[in-house]
Amino acid sequence: MSAHAETSVQREPNASRAPAVRVEGVTAGYDHRPALQDVDLEIRAGSLVAIFGPNGGGKSTLLKLIADLIRPWSGTVEVLGEPAGEAATRIAYVPQAELVDWSFPVSVWDVAMMGRFPRLGPWRRPGQRDRDAVAAALERVGMDQLRSSQIGSLSGGQRRRAFLARAIAAEPDLYLLDEPVTGVDVTTQEDLMALLAAETSAGRTAIATTHDLAAAAEHFTTVVGLNQRIIAVGPSSLVLDPDVLQRTYGGHLLVLGNQAVVLDDAHHHDSASGGEQHFHERPERR
Amino acid sequence: MLTPLTEPLAYDFFLRALLASAMVGVVCAVIGSYMVLRGLAFMGDALSHSAFPGVVLAYLFKGPFYLGAAVAAVATALAIGWVTRRGNLRGDTAIGVIFAGMFALGIFLFSLIPNYVGDLFGFLFGEVLGIGPGDLVALVGLAVAVLVVVGILWKELLYTTFDPLGAAASGLPVAALDYLLLALIAVTIVVSLQAVGIILVVAMLVTPAATAQLLTRSFGRLLAVAVAIGALAPVVGLYASYWLNAASGATIVLVETALFVVALLFRLQAGRRREVLNAPA
Repeated sequence: MSAHAETSVQREPNASRAPAVRVEGVTAGYDHRPALQDVDLEIRAGSLVAIFGPNGGGKSTLLKLIADLIRPWSGTVEVLGEPAGEAATRIAYVPQAELVDWSFPVSVWDVAMMGRFPRLGPWRRPGQRDRDAVAAALERVGMDQLRSSQIGSLSGGQRRRAFLARAIAAEPDLYLLDEPVTGVDVTTQEDLMALLAAETSAGRTAIATTHDLAAAAEHFTTVVGLNQRIIAVGPSSLVLDPDVLQRTYGGHLLVLGNQAVVLDDAHHHDSASGGEQHFHERPERR
Repeated sequence: MLTPLTEPLAYDFFLRALLASAMVGVVCAVIGSYMVLRGLAFMGDALSHSAFPGVVLAYLFKGPFYLGAAVAAVATALAIGWVTRRGNLRGDTAIGVIFAGMFALGIFLFSLIPNYVGDLFGFLFGEVLGIGPGDLVALVGLAVAVLVVVGILWKELLYTTFDPLGAAASGLPVAALDYLLLALIAVTIVVSLQAVGIILVVAMLVTPAATAQLLTRSFGRLLAVAVAIGALAPVVGLYASYWLNAASGATIVLVETALFVVALLFRLQAGRRREVLNAPA
C-alpha cells in the first residue's frame, strides 16, 4: 500500500507541492449565526494537524468546510490543489462517533469496504483489489479478527478502529477526522495516532479536531488554535502555552501554576488524557 | 391431497394475482430495507396517501391510473425533500403537512364525483384479484425498473444511508441519491397500489424489512430475509384469502405482520436465553 502511495506522489508532483489545504478569508456558519470569521489557514501536504478550541469555536465547521460538507458564506477553500469538493474521492472523512447509527446492520468488513465505493463509481462492484485493500486496512488497525462483527457489538475503541480502517482502505491523500481520539482507551489512542503518523510520513495529510489537549501535544506535529478566528498555528508545543490557551479558551481557562485547566461546558468523556489538562465538552451536534 | 393448492391455480386471475403480489412483495422488501434503515417508514405512509389525488384525477380524465399516481407520489416525494432541506423544518413535520394536504385533496376530488365509484375504492384497499393482463405487464415493467436501479446503485445507497457525511465528503452525490431513493419509493408505491391499496402499502414496505432487522446483523442478510418474506407472504396470504373468502390485500399484510410477531418473540426469547447464560453462576 505504501508503494502505491509513493507512485501516486511521483505521478502528481504538482499536487504534492501545493498545500494540502488553503483557506482564505473564510466566514461560515449555520442559519445566520457565524461559526468562523475571516479564517486564513494553509496546511502543508504531509502534516499531522490537530485543530483545538472551545465548544462552539468552529472546529467541526472548519473540518466540514474542507470536506465541502458546507459552503463558506465568503472566502475560498482549496483542497489538494483544487476548489473544495473537486478532489473529494481523494478525501476520507471520519465523523464524530456520536453521529453514527451503531445499530445499523453492517459488519466491520462492510464498513471498511464502504471506503472503496466512491472510487469504484456506480458501474463497478468491489473486486479482488478492493478486498485486498480492505483486508490490509483491517490488519493495520488490528481488526482482522473482528471483521464479521456487527459494529454495534464493538467497544468504543474498536468502533474507532473500524472507521479508521474505512479511511485507510479509501487510500486518500487527505484524512479528515472529527474527534478521533475522544473517549477511547489509551492503547487505541496510541495505535490510531501511530497509524496516522505513518500515513503522514508517506506524504498524506491528516487533519483532526480534538478537545484533548494532551493528545494534541503528544501526537500531532502541528496545532491550530481556533475560537471563531484562528488564534495560533504552529508546533504542537503551542497547546502548552498559557498565553495561547488563554486567547483560545478565554474565560473558560483556569491557569494553576504552569498547568492549565479548561473549564468548558460539562459532559461525558473521557477516559484517557492522563496529562495535566483535564476538561470536558459536549459533542457539537448540528 | 394437493387440491387446496392447485384448485385456485385453474383461474387466470388467481395466477396473475400470485405473480403480481409476489413481485410487489419483492420490490417493496428491497426498497423498504433502505427505508427502515433511514427511518423513512412514515414517509412511505405519506407517499402512498399522496398518490390518492393522482389516482382520482386520472380517473376523472380517463387517463392511466399508474401515471396519475406516479406523478402525484413523485411530486410529493420531491416536495417533502425540498421543504425539509430548504424550509428548515423537521422531516416529520414537512411530511405531516404535505401528506395530509394531498390526501385531503384526493378526498375532495373524490367527493366531486357524482356517483359512488367502486374502482377508486379498490385503490384504497387493494384489488389484486382484479389485475388484468395489461396491468400485470405495466406492474412487472415498473418493478423490474426499480430493481435494476437499486442493482446498479446499491452500494452508493448503502453508504449514504449509513454515513451521509462520510459519503458526501468522499464525493458521493448524497442529495441526488436522497431524491432518487424518494422517487424509487414513490414508484414502488404506485406499483403496489393495486395489490394492497393506499392504506396498506406501508406495511408491504416496512414489515418485511423490520422483521429481517430483528433476525439479521448484516445488510446482505437483511435484504435476503426481507425479500424472502416479501415473496412468500403474498403467496400464503392469497391462498388464505381464497379459502377464507377474505380481503386479499389485508390477508397478505396480516401474514407479514404475523411473521413479524414471530420474529419479535424469537428475538426476545433469544435475548432472555443470552441473559441467563451470561448471568453470574
